[in-house]
Amino acid sequence: MGWVKQVGLLVLRAALVAGGVVLATFVLLQLVPGDVATSLLGSRATPEAVAELRQQLGLDLPWYARFGTFVTDLFTGGGESLVNGVPVGELISARAGVTLGIVALAVLFAVVISTALAVVAAANHDRWADQVVRLISTSTLAIPAFLVGMLLILLFGVQLRWFPVGGNTDGIRSLVLPSLTAALAIVPVLTRSLRVQLLEVAGGDFVAAARSAGFSNARVTFAYLLPNAAIPALTLVGLNVAYLVGGTFVVEKVFAIPGLGALMFDSISARDVPVIQGIVVYTAILVVVVNLVTDALVRLIDPRRRTRGSRRTARRDAAGAAGRGTTAGAAEMRSGVSA
Amino acid sequence: MTVETISSILSGPGDGGAGGHPTRRRRRRSGTLIAGAVIVGIVLLAAAFAPLVATHDPIVQDLTAGLQPPSAAHWLGTDQLGRDIWSRIVYAARTDLRVGVLAVATPAVLGIALGLLAGYFGGWTDRIASYLVDTNLAFPFYVIVLAMVTLLGTGEGAIYLTFALVAWVNYTRVVGVVTAGFARENWVLAARGGGLGHVRVMVRHVLPNALPQIVVLVVNDIVFVILAVVTLSYLGLGIQPPTPDWGGMISDGQAFLTSRPWISLAPGAALFVTAVGFSLLADGIADVLRDER
Repeated sequence: MGWVKQVGLLVLRAALVAGGVVLATFVLLQLVPGDVATSLLGSRATPEAVAELRQQLGLDLPWYARFGTFVTDLFTGGGESLVNGVPVGELISARAGVTLGIVALAVLFAVVISTALAVVAAANHDRWADQVVRLISTSTLAIPAFLVGMLLILLFGVQLRWFPVGGNTDGIRSLVLPSLTAALAIVPVLTRSLRVQLLEVAGGDFVAAARSAGFSNARVTFAYLLPNAAIPALTLVGLNVAYLVGGTFVVEKVFAIPGLGALMFDSISARDVPVIQGIVVYTAILVVVVNLVTDALVRLIDPRRRTRGSRRTARRDAAGAAGRGTTAGAAEMRSGVSA
Repeated sequence: MTVETISSILSGPGDGGAGGHPTRRRRRRSGTLIAGAVIVGIVLLAAAFAPLVATHDPIVQDLTAGLQPPSAAHWLGTDQLGRDIWSRIVYAARTDLRVGVLAVATPAVLGIALGLLAGYFGGWTDRIASYLVDTNLAFPFYVIVLAMVTLLGTGEGAIYLTFALVAWVNYTRVVGVVTAGFARENWVLAARGGGLGHVRVMVRHVLPNALPQIVVLVVNDIVFVILAVVTLSYLGLGIQPPTPDWGGMISDGQAFLTSRPWISLAPGAALFVTAVGFSLLADGIADVLRDER
C-alpha cells in the first residue's frame, strides 16, 4: 500500500476518533448529577432565576438540539464563559501558547533523557548499569509529578538559583523546570519500552554482522542501534503525548504558570462548565492530530513500511504496525502510562 | 499501566533472553519479589493497625504546638495546626490505600470483560472495542479526570465513578491481546466443540489463563491510581480535609517547603515507599511468570 493511501486511512480513522471524542464529551456532560443551573446558582436560588439561566444555557432544549449547538460551538470556537462572557475559543487560545511550549520542551527532554538511559541499559544488558537504570525508572515512576516539581524547585530554584521558582516572566528559563517535571513523568515508560526495542534490534543479524566485522561497541551503538531506535521513539512520544498534556496541567499548578492548566483550575472553582468542556474537547482533538502526524511520519521514514511488498505484508502493515487497527496492535506499542 | 511489562512477558526477546548468568538473575528476580512483598506488607499492616501504630489522634488540632520540628513526642514534627505528622501519615495510608484499591476494582472488571469479548470474538467486536479504546486514549488523562471529578461533585464517590469510566483501557488492551492468542488454540476449540457456551468458555477457561497478566496489571495499576488520587487530593479535588491523605498533607506543607521541608517531604516519602513497594511487587511477579514460561 502506498504512503498516500495509508495516510488516507489514518486520516479517516483520526476523524472517526475525533467524532467519538465530541460525542463522548457530550454524553459525559449529560451524566453530571443534578442540574448545572441549580449547582451554579446554589440551592437557595429562586425557581425563576434557575429557569432563566437554564434558558440562557439552552438546558431547556431537547438533547438533539443541545448536541447541535454543542457541535456548532466547537467549530466556531464559541460558547461563552459563564463567568465573564468571553468566547471559550478566545480564552483557550490566549492560554494555549505557554502550555504547548512546555509540552514541546518536555517532549525534547523526555526523548533525550530516555534515549540516553535506554542505550546505557541495553548496552549493559543485565549488568549493574542496567539495574541502575531500572532503579531510576522505578523510583521516578513512584513520585507524582507535583512532588517532582516541588523537589526541582527546592534544588534548582531555591538552593542553586539556576531557574526561577515559578511564574512565566523569565522567557524560556521559566519553562525549563516545568518541562523537565512533565518530561520525567513519562521518562520511565519511554525508557523501559526503548530498552526492550533496542535489545530486540541488538539481537538482529545486521548487528551481529557489524560486531563480527570488528566494529567497536560505540560504533555499533551509534551507527546501528540508535537510528533503529528513532522510529519506536517517535511512535512512543506520539502515544504518550496525551498523558504529557494532562501532566502539564498539574505541573502548571505547582509552578504557578498561567497556561491552560491555570484556566482549567479557575474554571473548576467557578464551575464554568462551557470552558471546562471546551478545554477537554480541544485538548483531546489536539492529541488525535498529534497521533495522526506521528503515525504518518513513522510510515514516511520507516523504509520497512514504504515497500510495496506482497499483499500479505501490506495487510499486516495496515493492521498491526499501525498499532491502532486492533487492540493487539495497540497494546504492543502503546506504552505504560495509563490513558 | 506499564503495558510494556506485559508485552515483554508475552513476546519480549529483550528480557530473559541471552546474557546474564541464569542463577544470578533468578536470585535477583526473587529478590525483587520479596522486597516488594515486604514493603507492601509493612504498609498494609501499618494501615490496618493505624490506631496502634499512630502516636496521636490524626485530626485533633493543637494550635499551641504548631510547626514543631521532629522530637521524641512528635517523631516527624507537627503541621501548622499542631497535628502529629507521623500519626497523620499512618492514617493517610489507610485512606489512600483504600481509595487506590477500590478505584482499581470497577475499571478492572469492566476492562477485562470488554477485552475478553474483543479477543475472543475478534472481527467487528474487536474493532468496536479498539475504537472505544482509541477514543478513550485521546482524552489527556489528567484533563478528563479533573473535569469529571469536578462535575461529578468531588469526593470519594466521584473518584470511583471517574476511574470506572476512564481507567479500564489497559485491561481491555492486555486481556484482548492475551485472549486473542488463546482463542485460536486447540483447548478453547475443544471446549467449544464439547458443547460449552461462549460465556462459559470465556469465564471458566480463557479468563483463568489470562489471570497472571491481569494480576501484574492490577498491581501496577494500584501504583498509578494511588498517585492519581494523591495528585487530585493535592489539587484539593480528591480526599477532602480533615480526613488525612498524603496529597493534602504535601499541599499543606508546600508553604513551608524551604523553612520546614519535613511537613511535605515526610508524607512524600511515605507515598514513595508505598509506590516503589507495589512496583517491585509487580515487577517481581512478572519476572517469576516469565521464568516459568
